[in-house]
Amino acid sequence: MSKEEVVLLDFWASPFCGRVKIALAEKGVEYEHREEDVLGSKSELLLNSNPIHKKVPVLLHNGKPVCESTVIVNYIDEAWPSPPLLPTCPYERARARFWGDFIDKKIFEGGAKIWGSKGEALEVGKKDFIEILKQLEGTLGEKDFFCGDNFGFVDILLIPLTTWFYAYEKFGGFKVEDECPKFSVWVKRCMQRESVAKALPEPEKVYEAVVMLRKMNGIE
Amino acid sequence: MAAISLQTATMAEEVKLFGTWASPFSRRIEVALKLKGVQFEYIEENLSNKSPALLKYNPVHKKIPVLVHNGKPVAESLVILEYIDETWKHNPILPADPYEKAMARFWAKYMDDKLWPAATKVVVSKGEEQKAVIEEIQEQLKTLESELKEKKFFGGESLGFVDIAANIIVFLLVAQEALGLMEILTEEKFPVLHEWYQRLVDDAVFKECVPPRERHLGFFKARFGSSTASK
Repeated sequence: MSKEEVVLLDFWASPFCGRVKIALAEKGVEYEHREEDVLGSKSELLLNSNPIHKKVPVLLHNGKPVCESTVIVNYIDEAWPSPPLLPTCPYERARARFWGDFIDKKIFEGGAKIWGSKGEALEVGKKDFIEILKQLEGTLGEKDFFCGDNFGFVDILLIPLTTWFYAYEKFGGFKVEDECPKFSVWVKRCMQRESVAKALPEPEKVYEAVVMLRKMNGIE
Repeated sequence: MAAISLQTATMAEEVKLFGTWASPFSRRIEVALKLKGVQFEYIEENLSNKSPALLKYNPVHKKIPVLVHNGKPVAESLVILEYIDETWKHNPILPADPYEKAMARFWAKYMDDKLWPAATKVVVSKGEEQKAVIEEIQEQLKTLESELKEKKFFGGESLGFVDIAANIIVFLLVAQEALGLMEILTEEKFPVLHEWYQRLVDDAVFKECVPPRERHLGFFKARFGSSTASK
């Protein structure tokens, strides 16, 4: 059997890249990791593989590029079917995709309204963000993971985004643990998984990067 | 005025679609259900007075479309399309191959993330800003044209996931006509996409699922018309 060639174009602080790293680890897929200088100069491979968005992550499987993290996670699930990241029944799969879409639309952008602003706008951003987490808490309910007993698609999409929460907490003056305790329990549960712990950056390091981003955007 | 088109629901299967006549997202679901020959009950929503049923079935976003299958709701048009494809497996709208499927999902997302925001911007902007948005849209159409290449449809020989998601272009061009804007999808600039567009709107199923033309033109004129013409 010929060796599969899997390459990930990555950026250490990107939660979207984190998703892909976790998915590959969950499937036990070996891959070559290439760090991109996304704030500096992007590699030719990145620009050729993702000419439309010019963004990471990009997964190259035997030379063929897949872009957009949610599309990549789905691709990984289908190209390496075991263990499955999505439930088997169509209705539960649709539910997982719905919450994946919710997470894609709300979390990172919601967080940007906190780190990217100050004063009244920041307060509004913080309130809205906590509301979003409460909605997620509601759908999690008493389950261990978003789709039940097994770590999967929704957890993979969401957990890397939580590495940015420390930065939001510092700028917003709040603690996720106080506002959404059940959510925090889920975060800790996910972080205990080796695939997650190994893939994700330290929140303190992310905070330093966000401080820089804030300065670059002239917010201080 | 609530318009309910009741097509026979069998005892075994109850399918309802909550939508609005002028929404491309709602119309996408109609295309998919009709391609699969699925009988459904259509419920027209009044978005300024949403029904308790809609609010119950989509409490998170309170939006249409919502598909309700045997009492269980599915929301978000692309999620619904995948659900339909997995539940009624004949006449598939997504490819079977994982890589081809990933490409289809990428391009459908492109429609929603790029084309849709630009289309909504073009109807509310004026003058130079509007010209700039039209140029942006044409750049996007160029990208789509090079993706389509020699294929009859984005889905290959027949309509697929991406073609259905691309129904936004129909709405864009009706808006263009209604507001007297410069022609966006010219045959000259987009020979391949222009032909694809004709095939799309001539398709037997697809053409049943576009808003009635005169009413649609009137809708855009009433909502966005004034001195927005930029020829």
